Amino acid sequence: MGLAEAAALPWYVELWRAIAGTVLIFSGVAVVAAMFGVLLERKISGWMQSRLGPKHVGPQGLLQTIADTIKLLQKENIVPRNADATIFASAVLVVPLAALLDYVVIPFGTTRWGPLIFRDLNIGVLYFAATSSLVVVGILMAGWGSNNKYALIGGLRSASQMVSYEIPMGLALITVAMLAGSLSTVKIVDAQAGWWYAVEQPLAFLIFLIAAVAEVNRVPFDLVEAESELVAGYFSEYTGMRFALFQLGEYGEMFAMAAMAVTLFLGGWRGPVLPPVLWFVIKLYALIFVFMWVRWTYPRFRIDQLLNFAWKVLIPVGLLNLVVTAFFVMVVHR
Amino acid sequence: MTGEAIAFYGLAAVILVSGLVVVSSPNIVHSAVALVPAFLGITGIYILLGAEFVAGIQVLIYAGAITVLVLFVIMLTEGGTGLRQRQRNEQGPIGASVAVAIAVLLIAGVTHTTWGRGAGTLPAYTPGAIGQSFLGTNLLVFEGTSLVLLVSLIGAIIIARKEE
Repeated sequence: MGLAEAAALPWYVELWRAIAGTVLIFSGVAVVAAMFGVLLERKISGWMQSRLGPKHVGPQGLLQTIADTIKLLQKENIVPRNADATIFASAVLVVPLAALLDYVVIPFGTTRWGPLIFRDLNIGVLYFAATSSLVVVGILMAGWGSNNKYALIGGLRSASQMVSYEIPMGLALITVAMLAGSLSTVKIVDAQAGWWYAVEQPLAFLIFLIAAVAEVNRVPFDLVEAESELVAGYFSEYTGMRFALFQLGEYGEMFAMAAMAVTLFLGGWRGPVLPPVLWFVIKLYALIFVFMWVRWTYPRFRIDQLLNFAWKVLIPVGLLNLVVTAFFVMVVHR
Repeated sequence: MTGEAIAFYGLAAVILVSGLVVVSSPNIVHSAVALVPAFLGITGIYILLGAEFVAGIQVLIYAGAITVLVLFVIMLTEGGTGLRQRQRNEQGPIGASVAVAIAVLLIAGVTHTTWGRGAGTLPAYTPGAIGQSFLGTNLLVFEGTSLVLLVSLIGAIIIARKEE
C-alpha cells in the first residue's frame, strides 16, 4: 500500500491513528527497548564478567531500571553557561524521534487481518535507511550545542562514522531488496517463506550486522562516546531526563536495527508452532544478545582503523556481493 | 477545509518559517540546522502529492546527508562556528527590489498559467516504475548523471590527496 492509496479514511481518523501509534511506539520503545534493554545489558555484562549485576531492587534486580528512571526524572536539569540553549535543548528531541520513526515499517508479526505493522510502505527499506540517518543530525547538534570540546569531538566522530557505515548498510539493504523484488518489508518477509536470506546472503547479513553495530555507536565502534578519552562524547553535558532521552534513543535505535535485521535476514515473524509475534520477539532478543555479546567481548577500534574498515573492506565487499547477486538474480529469474 | 489543505498550509508554514531562519539567523550553525525542518516540510509536500519514493530520497539525501555535510564543513572550518555574523549590508534596497521583482514575476506566472485539472489517474509511482524509466527511456540521462558524480568523486579525492 502506497501513501496515496492509504488516504481512504477521513483525515481526522488518520490523525488520531497516527497519534495513538506514536504513543504506542514511544511507550513500547521506552519500556521494552530502553528500560528492559538497559537491565539486560547490565545483567549480561555481569554474567560475562563473572559478577552478579543489579541484584537488590526488586526480585533479582528486575526493578533496577525503574528505580533509575525515577531517579533520572528527579535530577536537576543543567544547561552549561556558554551552551547554545536552543540547539542544546532541541538535540534531545531529534535523537529519540529519529529512532522512533524507524518502527513505522517494522512488521512485528501477522494476524488474521494481515501483517502487524504500522504502515506497509512500498518504500519501506528506503524509509528505514532515511530515518535512521537522521540520528546523526541530532548527535551533531548535541555535540556542538554543548560548547564542550569532548562533546564536539564525539559529535564529529559520530558524523564521519555514521556517514561511512550508511553506505555498506545501504548495499546490504539493496541486495536483499533485489532478491525479494520489493522494498516493502512485508513482501521481503513473505519472500523468505522458503529460505531465510541469512542463509542465501550470509555476506550481506554480516555486513548489515557490522554496519548496524557501527550505526548505533556500540563497542567496538563506540569512539563517539569512548569514556576513556571523551568522558561520554556528545552527551557529556546532559543531565537527568535529557540524558535518559539520549539513552532511550540509543537503545531504541539498537532495537530497531535488530528488528530490521530480523525482518530482512531471519525471516521476520516466520517460524513453526509458536505464534508469529513470539517468533519475532525471540529472534529480536537473540540478535540483541549478539549485540551485547560483541560489546562485552571486543576492545574498541581506533578512528582510522574504523574508517579504513568501512571504506576499504566493507564497501568493496558489499559492492562485489551486490554485483554477483544481481548477476544470479538475472540468470535465475529471466 | 479538507485535511489535505490543512496539511498543506501547515507544511508550507513550517517550510517558510524555517527558511526564514536559514537566511536571517546571525549564527551559521542555526541556519544549517534550520534546513532540516525545511527539508522535512518539503518531504511532507511530496507525500501529499503521492510521490513517496521522492519523499524517501529527500529525507535520505537532503535531511540526512546534505545537512550533515554542511554541519561537518562548518564545524571543521576554523572560526566558522559561534560567530554572530551581520546579515545585512548597504545593498539592502537593491536586494529587496530584486526580490520584489522576482515575486511579481512568479505570482504573475502562477496566476496566468492554466493548470491542467483533468481527472486523470496518477502514474504508477512505484520504485519499480522509476527504475524502469531510469534504465529504459532515460538511460542516457541517468548514465550522464552518474558520470558527473564519478568525476566529482575523483576530483574530490585528487584535491584531498594534494594536501598530504
